[in-house]
Amino acid sequence: MSESRRDDAYWRRNLRLVAGLLSIWFVVSFGCGILFVDLLNQVPLGGFKLGFWFAQQGAIYVFIALIFYYAHAMKKLDREFGVEEEEV
Amino acid sequence: MSLTALTYWVVGATFTLYIGIAIWARAGSTKEFYVAGGGVPPIANGMATAADWMSAASFIGMAGLIALSYGGYGGSVFLMGWTGGFVILALLLAPYLRKFGRFTVPEFIGDRFYSDTARIVAVVCLILCSVTYVIGQMKGIGVAFSRFLETDYQTGLFTGMVIVFFYAVLGGMKGITYTQIAQYCVLIMAYTIPAIFISLQLTGNPIPQLGLGSTLLGTDTYLLDRLDQVVTELGFVEYTTSIRGSTLNMVAFTASLMVGTAGLPHVIIRFFTVPRVQDARTSAGWALVFIAILYTTAPAVAAMARLNIVQTLVPAPGESLQIDERPVWFQNWEETGLLVIDDKNRDGAIQYSANPDTNELVKLDNDILVLANPEIAQLPNWVIALVAAGGLAAALSTAAGLLLAIASAISHDLLKSTFMPRITEKQELAASRGAMALAIIGAGYLGLHPPGFAAGTVALAFGLAASSLFPVLMMGIFSRRVTREGAIAGMVAGIGVTLFYVFQHKGIMFIPGTAFLGDTPENWFFGIEPNAFGIIGALLNFVVAIVVSRLSAPPPESVQQLVDNIRTPRGAQRGLVDH
Repeated sequence: MSESRRDDAYWRRNLRLVAGLLSIWFVVSFGCGILFVDLLNQVPLGGFKLGFWFAQQGAIYVFIALIFYYAHAMKKLDREFGVEEEEV
Repeated sequence: MSLTALTYWVVGATFTLYIGIAIWARAGSTKEFYVAGGGVPPIANGMATAADWMSAASFIGMAGLIALSYGGYGGSVFLMGWTGGFVILALLLAPYLRKFGRFTVPEFIGDRFYSDTARIVAVVCLILCSVTYVIGQMKGIGVAFSRFLETDYQTGLFTGMVIVFFYAVLGGMKGITYTQIAQYCVLIMAYTIPAIFISLQLTGNPIPQLGLGSTLLGTDTYLLDRLDQVVTELGFVEYTTSIRGSTLNMVAFTASLMVGTAGLPHVIIRFFTVPRVQDARTSAGWALVFIAILYTTAPAVAAMARLNIVQTLVPAPGESLQIDERPVWFQNWEETGLLVIDDKNRDGAIQYSANPDTNELVKLDNDILVLANPEIAQLPNWVIALVAAGGLAAALSTAAGLLLAIASAISHDLLKSTFMPRITEKQELAASRGAMALAIIGAGYLGLHPPGFAAGTVALAFGLAASSLFPVLMMGIFSRRVTREGAIAGMVAGIGVTLFYVFQHKGIMFIPGTAFLGDTPENWFFGIEPNAFGIIGALLNFVVAIVVSRLSAPPPESVQQLVDNIRTPRGAQRGLVDH
């Protein structure tokens, strides 16, 4: 595979990954925290209403996990396509 | 030792630390001045980014904003908005801008859109949003000094300026990075220690994040259920469901803060300081971990302090606090004017309710919640002194980051790249120090003579960053087709419509009486308040840029190669060396 075709394939895989992670990002914040908050508030989580918990804590925990997952997955993808950085 | 003397000691010790770091971390080259030499480890950069990011508004203001002005749940827009932005920053911007491997945000826009005009428009947008933001920080420094060290506002502001001057002019990004790491440690201790105590006192759980969902000590009632009950009895909206405006407004507000976060230049340039593209990705994760420690503690502080205040004022249902029995912290904060009582019916007690006609707690400033927290929880004086040092650390670290973003845009993008390309590196380094000194003096002047819009500044900065810089940065990476003409038109349209919308409701330059449409929900576009309008500006920026790009000649081959190049990490090391 030529270098530019390989780079294109790498970029498409990256876009798919970003799209997937941003969907989760949208669902936990705008979805669970705002749009469906009333519905989720019917569910108790300890002393929290679940929707309120997502809006004030839960979404933030998921955000952290998303970024670290992305960094991890991209490191693997970089190696798979041989586009990783030289070691410093 | 008196509280004031103790506060002088603690604040003095932290300032000595910052100055010591500044002398140790002197910048010797432009690369050190702009990007700290490009060798900051990702965890260290994450910590510095957290301090850079969390301003006086986050530290002092946010918990009160959530609990009082936004009634509880409504304040979630800040919690999700100011953290969710790091996800888009990490996934859509930071790694690619790091790969680009230069020093400033306008530099990327100028190169990617092959145009000095685009670069200059980006500099103007950067200065607009950074200057509006820095005024708030300077005010925060002055206020924190005057409240805790009993100096006047001006003396406080000057002391803060001298400290920032010292480490920012001397050390540039290198000095700022290492002081920000120290400032993060100070501010996070100052925030969490009182929170742990207050959570222990109310629920017996030392972790505030869990305490918020626990039962009150000695009862089987959940803290949040009790809070909902007491505030609704007083006629306020229920704490856990108080929506801000409408669902659409909450969505727009959250989105504006997220996109604004990802577009703020002083945050973006922090990701130019790490050695590798891979480090830019993980560093954003670390930044969010360090930010989340404060941002998940804040809602607990908000709810617990609100409950404490209500229970102080209303000891039992239907009873009111007698004025001559009020606690000492109450009297202390009355002296500052942030808490005002007015015994309207002259019965010697404070009636507290949501009804403005009979409510006798006529003013309860948002800032009190965090600042008075240690006193409400009856913590020792050293904790109060630590909160003062923490508030100053938060304001100083953000001010320094903003000033660097402004100074580097002037010395690097205006002087070196546009008007005086012949200057040597030594001259550019001198120019960047000069620009930094000027920026500090300018910010100090605005802190002393705040223009009418000082109150609305921080929220406006996010709207401006969201509507101008974020969209063109993203399109510059994700599209090969967006052109010079498209980017310029997009930035001008985005920032223009946002400023127009804010001014039409809040007054031109926020001067009272010049608003031509009242600032009430009926006049808002689909019920979206001015602070939440940045996302609409951003969408317009995208649409205008794409349409204009279709109508103009495609970018030259070299630019398309630049885009291909930044999309893979390979060769990132070379990028920074050949500059």
